[in-house]
Amino acid sequence: MLLVLGGMWVGQNINLLPVDASVNAPIYDELFQVLFTIGTVLFVGIVGLLVFSLIRFRRRSDQIGDGIAIEGNLPLEIFWTAVPAVVVLFVGLYSYDIYDRMGGMVPLAHDHMDGAHEERVWGGISSGSVQAGEIGNALPIDVTAMQFAFLFHYPDGDIISGELHVPAGRPITLRMEAKDVIHAFWVPEFRLKQDVIPGQPTQLSFTPTRPGRYPIVCAELCGPYHGGMRSTVVVEEQDAWDAWFSSNAKTDAANT
Amino acid sequence: MTIALQPETGTERPPRLQPTGWLRYFSFSVDHKVIGLQYLVCGFLFYLIGGALAGAIRTELASPVADFMPRDVYNQVLTLHGTVMIFLWIVPVVNGAFGNYLIPFYVGARDMAFPRLNAVAFWLIPPAGLLLISSYFLTGAAQSGWTAYPPLSITTPATGQIIWILSVLLLGGSSIFGGINFIATILKLRRPGLKLMQLPMYCWAMLGTSILVVLSTPVLAGTLVLLSFDIVAHTGFFNPTLGGNVVVYQHLFWFYSHPAVYIMVLPAFGLVSEILPVHARKPLFGYTTMVYSIMAIVGLGLIVWAHHMFTSGTPPWMRLFFTIATAFIAVPTGIKFFNWLATLWGGRISLNSAMLFSCGFIVNFVLGGITGVALAQVPFDIHVHDTYFVVAHFHYIVFGGSVFVIFASIYHWYPKFTGRMLNEHLGRLHFALTFIGFNLCFGPQHWLGLNGMPRRVAEYDPQFTLINQISSVGALLMAISTLPFLWNVIQSAFAGQRAGDNPWNALTPEWLTSSPPPVENWVGEAPLVEEPYGFGIPAEAFDLAAASGRDLWSSGK
Amino acid sequence: MTTIPVKQTNPDHGDAVESDNHEIHGDFRLFGLATFLVADGMTFAGFFAAYLTFKAVNPLPAGAVYELELPLPILNTILLLVSSATFHRAGQALHSGAMQRCRRWLLITAALGLAFLVSQMVEYFTLPFGLADNLYASTFYAATGFHGLHVTLGALMILIVWWQARSNGGRINSSNAFPLEAAELYWHFVDGIWVILFVILYLL
Ligand code: HEM
Ligand SMILES: [Cu+2]
Ligand SMILES: [Cu+2]
Repeated sequence: MLLVLGGMWVGQNINLLPVDASVNAPIYDELFQVLFTIGTVLFVGIVGLLVFSLIRFRRRSDQIGDGIAIEGNLPLEIFWTAVPAVVVLFVGLYSYDIYDRMGGMVPLAHDHMDGAHEERVWGGISSGSVQAGEIGNALPIDVTAMQFAFLFHYPDGDIISGELHVPAGRPITLRMEAKDVIHAFWVPEFRLKQDVIPGQPTQLSFTPTRPGRYPIVCAELCGPYHGGMRSTVVVEEQDAWDAWFSSNAKTDAANT
Repeated sequence: MTIALQPETGTERPPRLQPTGWLRYFSFSVDHKVIGLQYLVCGFLFYLIGGALAGAIRTELASPVADFMPRDVYNQVLTLHGTVMIFLWIVPVVNGAFGNYLIPFYVGARDMAFPRLNAVAFWLIPPAGLLLISSYFLTGAAQSGWTAYPPLSITTPATGQIIWILSVLLLGGSSIFGGINFIATILKLRRPGLKLMQLPMYCWAMLGTSILVVLSTPVLAGTLVLLSFDIVAHTGFFNPTLGGNVVVYQHLFWFYSHPAVYIMVLPAFGLVSEILPVHARKPLFGYTTMVYSIMAIVGLGLIVWAHHMFTSGTPPWMRLFFTIATAFIAVPTGIKFFNWLATLWGGRISLNSAMLFSCGFIVNFVLGGITGVALAQVPFDIHVHDTYFVVAHFHYIVFGGSVFVIFASIYHWYPKFTGRMLNEHLGRLHFALTFIGFNLCFGPQHWLGLNGMPRRVAEYDPQFTLINQISSVGALLMAISTLPFLWNVIQSAFAGQRAGDNPWNALTPEWLTSSPPPVENWVGEAPLVEEPYGFGIPAEAFDLAAASGRDLWSSGK
Repeated sequence: MTTIPVKQTNPDHGDAVESDNHEIHGDFRLFGLATFLVADGMTFAGFFAAYLTFKAVNPLPAGAVYELELPLPILNTILLLVSSATFHRAGQALHSGAMQRCRRWLLITAALGLAFLVSQMVEYFTLPFGLADNLYASTFYAATGFHGLHVTLGALMILIVWWQARSNGGRINSSNAFPLEAAELYWHFVDGIWVILFVILYLL
């Protein structure tokens, strides 16, 4: 009991994660808390039991002979098969739910965000996950990864940029492909990662929330300068982003 | 092809025409004990090399800029470190070394089923290892990590990568030969009267492991052959510019390499199951469920590979399936841990080095298992995949798990190997340094990964400097911890306290002969050990007179 | 090398390969071989899985050529299936002590194997695509080539067995049948793989 309460406290109060900057980050943190709580309870429980046995049942100097001959206990063994199975099942279903809320379970095949993108999308978080009413509002951006940089192309304004500028609160859909080797697009503050693969376009949809500058990190070994392959995502308020957009747009396309 | 027979001299128990004395450890010996020790010592030498490489990595990471070595050299060091530690240290030692030494004893045989093949399997290892390491000096080693994902592995310098493939193929071959030998020995070479369910648990672990080896290693071999075609013959299996598919490589690779993690840890589970009962003076708890859980792990272990590919563009249904399958592996694994705890409960535990390392293993592995289950959850993994969190996870498993067990086993079986005891004080010092150093090194890496440090980088965001330095200090401690161990092992070989045949009063068959054992394991017939864990006194009759289980042995027919 | 029988003091003497006591140990040598063949089969399984995945998800680029004809492979299938039967006959003959007959069947088997190899070569040279032309082509050559390697090895083995089954000085006879049995098991395995390969590569 105490253990469970302690575990809950640890789960609630110890924060090991960076700030949240996208809609799905708080959902992720919820999952993290649950896993952290269960993990702490299990770890402390098992290690506690181990240390207790080592102390309580250590061989004193006056003792010779063996311990008690217990070879097994079926009910007990069934118990500790069943309990982890239930816990694991719960965790699995729960994380499925979380993933669903993050949009991950939307099939990629039914991707109709934009008639031009009829090509096959191989993986990622589908743009179909964007709230129905928001789909028309989603901002498409093409991401090209190469040794050792990311390039962002905004089809709407034909902007090419080395930094990703996105407006807070608007859904974004990245269409990603690599030129040479596999890279990965990771923004820790968004809690999102997707490999960027040569020959297999992938997609990543998210909605940034908190304005600020966050690192974009390449997370897949891609060569000698892999560690230096970083960029920045700038999340701005809508006005600031509009200003950035119109000062960079080559075509004078209306701001979609 | 045909069965070539060595000329034998006509004595009672004909000795083979092979060197005796220390020279035999450098020979093509077919004695399973010699081969076992060859594996052990050879593996340990490679461990020192792999450790030096790790030291180089942690030195580089003590500062956030790439200042200690050139970046491409860093990637070579990283690749060599992973490959050496997995294929030349853990796999050969937990399987080859202890398997060869112990399994024939456990089944009551005088050698492995195919002694010649056994020696061949061992002698593939040193050349393969030297080849791998020499590539660093000759042409530059492979730079694409131990996973060798294309297209990186196709576009980095070809010679190093080809040598890497060759040496991994040789090591894979060695591993397959070993696996065939273990399966045949355990299933076919048992002493008459010895039933499967009476075998010591390590046999079951090795049976399960060998099944995994036989089923999964060939797939890796085939895949690497295809990869080498891509490199030298310009085919396009995994080369997207020629229409290939890079993700197929990942599937094939992990079809081997997830089972490979069980190839590294199942034997360790088996070894711990041998060590704990002896030093706790209690029967192994739940023998039958242990056996079933090993087999469940083998079965599940073959169908979880894509949990390494949650960000590789796998379709949603695949993610869901592999999440559930992976999470369920925790159930049989959990059973084993609870059984071990129950084995300790109510025992008369000697807190010696073997026991301490085994308990260190339990602590570390439980943590690694918990992070493993978390990683199996797709949404969780999407954030931490390919970060230092994963690095922490698998080092808790392979170092905190397998390597701790290797040390526990050395403390436990050293008297058997040499007839002398290891020094306990040095052993405990070794344990303390390793345990603290290990946790200091890898514990903080969880945080690094959660907060944005990817793996396999030579440079990083300066905000992570302090934690990385702590981690490097831990690595230094671990390096230092090998010194008392080395000294202990060498010094005790000459001047250690004499052990006698059975210093632990153990009941498994390898202790029912002299230490070190004679060439064919037993003078006279092999004992029939029906209760390898027959320790202890029934709860009602707690009789101190029955000090050891010697009366429980039934030898002969 | 000379052959001096080892005096066995113990029926569970583990050193099988060095003993001639094959009534006890022969079965586990075959067992070991069978285990190895399982491993070998997994290599093929890997190739097949790769091929099927490529087929499922990687359409051929426009203009790429990948066409297979059926007649030769069907002939090949028949050759191998018949050769399995003739090998089986050789085994039966050996056990009934008819060495001459055994050797004749062995020769026929080897000839069928060689015929397979020749016909496979003919197919290779007439195919409209080369090794590195496209993904399917590469996988096709990898799988059939690896299988062809197995057939080559098998044919060599059969010839060695044939030589060792000669009446004066050969080592193989009805009381030492293991080498022949091993080669036979291997040969059946290679044929079985071919049938799977035929279905996957040519028919699907
Ligand atoms: C409770 C059981 C376990 C579970 C659920 C589990 C789960 C996972 C998952 C999901 C990953 C992928 C993480 C990622 O790359 O994003 C992973 C990585 C890894 N695990 Fe485990 N694991 C378990 C036990 C083990 C064991 C027993 C070993 C080894 C003996 C092991 C060794 C590894 C290694 C080496 C990697 C990293 C491979 C690489 O990317 O280089 N794990 N584990
Ligand atoms: Cu990159
Ligand atoms: Cu895995």
